Amino acid sequence: MVQLVLKQINSIGESLISLVNGLGDFTLFVSRTIFWTFKPPYRVKLLFDQIYFMGNKSIFIIFLTSVFTGAVFAMQIYLGIKAINPDSFIGPIVTIALAKELAPVLSGLVVAGRCGAAMAAQIGSMKVTEQIDALEVMGINGYQYLAVPRILGAMISMPLLSAIFLLVGYTGAWLIATKVLMIDPTLYTQKISDFMNLGMVVEGLIKAAVFGYLIGVIGTYQGFNVTGGAEGVGKGTNMAVVWGMITVLVIDYFLTTFLAQIL
Amino acid sequence: MSEYSVEFKNVSKKFGESTILHDLNFGIHEGKITTILGFSGAGKTTLMKHILGLVKPTTGEVIVKGTTINELGELPLREFRRNFGMVFQYAALFDFLTSFENVAFPLREFTKLSEKEIQDKVLGLLESVGINREAAYKLPSELSGGMRKRVGLARGLALDPHIMLYDEPTSGLDPITTHMVYDLMKETHLRNISRGFSSIIISHDIHATIKYSDYIVFMEKGRVVEHLDTESFKRSENPVIRRFLEL
Repeated sequence: MVQLVLKQINSIGESLISLVNGLGDFTLFVSRTIFWTFKPPYRVKLLFDQIYFMGNKSIFIIFLTSVFTGAVFAMQIYLGIKAINPDSFIGPIVTIALAKELAPVLSGLVVAGRCGAAMAAQIGSMKVTEQIDALEVMGINGYQYLAVPRILGAMISMPLLSAIFLLVGYTGAWLIATKVLMIDPTLYTQKISDFMNLGMVVEGLIKAAVFGYLIGVIGTYQGFNVTGGAEGVGKGTNMAVVWGMITVLVIDYFLTTFLAQIL
Repeated sequence: MSEYSVEFKNVSKKFGESTILHDLNFGIHEGKITTILGFSGAGKTTLMKHILGLVKPTTGEVIVKGTTINELGELPLREFRRNFGMVFQYAALFDFLTSFENVAFPLREFTKLSEKEIQDKVLGLLESVGINREAAYKLPSELSGGMRKRVGLARGLALDPHIMLYDEPTSGLDPITTHMVYDLMKETHLRNISRGFSSIIISHDIHATIKYSDYIVFMEKGRVVEHLDTESFKRSENPVIRRFLEL
């Protein structure tokens, strides 16, 4: 019995130590990337390459996700509250939800899945094939060359993708509301301008930038921490996606609370 | 001026409780090919990382070209590393760049050469290691193991280093390609010797080592067992070395 309890305590202790080690390691990684962000040379081409990869190459999937999110959301709101004459509410509810929550969060989940995984896989495979060591031997800092452009690229791309998500989602909802549910288009847009303000859009864009930063940091951190061979790369990629998505959802709550007070 | 390009003075390295290198005191001769030889786990790779300043010794000094590199700060150390060229075990070419771009990479990063000058230099380097124009524009994944090593060598030479390091340069290669790579390393060494070029090879390939090296440092369990010129090494009576020679 005593042995069993001791084993349990030991196991909890080991988990705690591992958690603290992991947090320390992650904090060190973040501080290093911040340090190297401000150190020359500034690799603008690499940054634009990353913005192109994360932004431009994600547009199609963002388009698909957003148009159907807007359409389905409009339909669901209508079906949910049709007993109380919903024509005046659908526009503002869908658009505010898109601007403040759905656009940044769903864009974040898409980017975490697509780009977070790619970052971890690219950097992880470079690590196991000694390509990062090759950079270091040449005198090039791996964090500066590989992590910084990806983190900044994600931070810049995410608000752009989120804005596209909002516009396309709005269009999808508008089409369903006015062409399928036969809501008066003037009333639809009029009510949106009554209830919405610029602060709501800004809130969504700030969230998107923060999510982009976090997805970038998590994806690159997992890449740099890959050990072993192909199996390690797979594990790192998986961790980047899982932690990226969890972080977006958890941080969203705290950001919403925080931004509600300042905006 | 020291006769050594690299000197280890009382160098020990501990990772946690385990000691990987034990009080090393020796020098690597300038202008010569020196091979660090030993079984797996002898500390060869850790030793190489000390030379590059990737790892700092727990005690002692690592002096490269008269500079104590373990005392250099992060940025001066990165600059100092341009004295080194390195060929990795599996070449470590950047897989998103062609052979040409891999060799051009350090030139674009660290020199102010024009694109025309870079092109001339890169094609010259690739030619010197036997890579033709067609292969120059292929990705590493489209090249054989031997060709990747050659491109790795060309990339290592791009910034005219003073010390060339080879980490298990013939791992995974067939015997014929192994000798081709060693011949190339020797040719490269002789071509650059006039500017005090030193070659350091990390290997456990005893037969190729004896054929191509000027000096051999034999390591076992983090200690230097022997540091001799190749002829003396062949005659060594040390039982560990005899065992290694008889493999």
